[in-house]
Amino acid sequence: MKITVCSTENSLYQDSFDIEGGNFNKAGIVSTRIKSILKQMGLPADVVRKCAIVSYESEINVVSYAKKGVINLTVNPETVLIEVVDEGPGIPNIDLAMQQGYSTADQKIREMGFGAGMGLCNIKNYSDIFHISSEVGKGAHLLMTINIKQ
Amino acid sequence: MKLSEVKKILNADVIVGEEHLDLEVKTAFGADLMSDVLAFAKAGSLLLTGLTNSQVIRTANILDIAAIILVRGKKPSTETINLAKEFKIPLLTTKYILFETAGRLYAKGIVGCLEKVENNSVLD
Repeated sequence: MKITVCSTENSLYQDSFDIEGGNFNKAGIVSTRIKSILKQMGLPADVVRKCAIVSYESEINVVSYAKKGVINLTVNPETVLIEVVDEGPGIPNIDLAMQQGYSTADQKIREMGFGAGMGLCNIKNYSDIFHISSEVGKGAHLLMTINIKQ
Repeated sequence: MKLSEVKKILNADVIVGEEHLDLEVKTAFGADLMSDVLAFAKAGSLLLTGLTNSQVIRTANILDIAAIILVRGKKPSTETINLAKEFKIPLLTTKYILFETAGRLYAKGIVGCLEKVENNSVLD
């Protein structure tokens, strides 16, 4: 399940951010922080925007479905890597979960304006490379690469 | 169009951002589903929505939305208001329904931040 993120030797920035499962009041704090870090680093606006959206949808997923999770952010000269690892029920059928409109969200998630089966699709669409894996009963692992130079 | 004119057209109340009514806006996006907003809304647009919880403000902040118009007379929670203040995102509320809100703005020259979805892709 664990994917080795490429060497961080030349990375310009690296940090990890914890996400608390079930706490909707805090959902979005980590992505807001990530967005401001990338903006301060002077990355192009469209790159910052993609990373912010990818982080935010991922954070919402962790808060919605997992006990806890972490976002690992790595900025390399040519790419931004956003890795999301959570501890939770995992995803039994990834193909199904990736289908637009498929959702297992409860009412609480829907009240927040999410849970319509678009999150993973949004994450994939805004990423240049998207990888997802999961172990049922343990959690999910997402790795997104966003290219800085198109 | 200035935000002050948007306020006038919609007979809206300004909840947050009275000092930002000089802001210039040209486009808008309307939805209650935040994932749709994240998929389609563009930076600098108005967000028209009936959702009032804090995720509206967080979504707007992630996307650099210019201002939020709450439709159907919705009143946000204190938490939502405080977050809008923190992020300096103007928050207005109008009694018009979403359709009327969009129509009235469109008639005065505000256009959609995208016209239609192409090939079911969110990155057009």
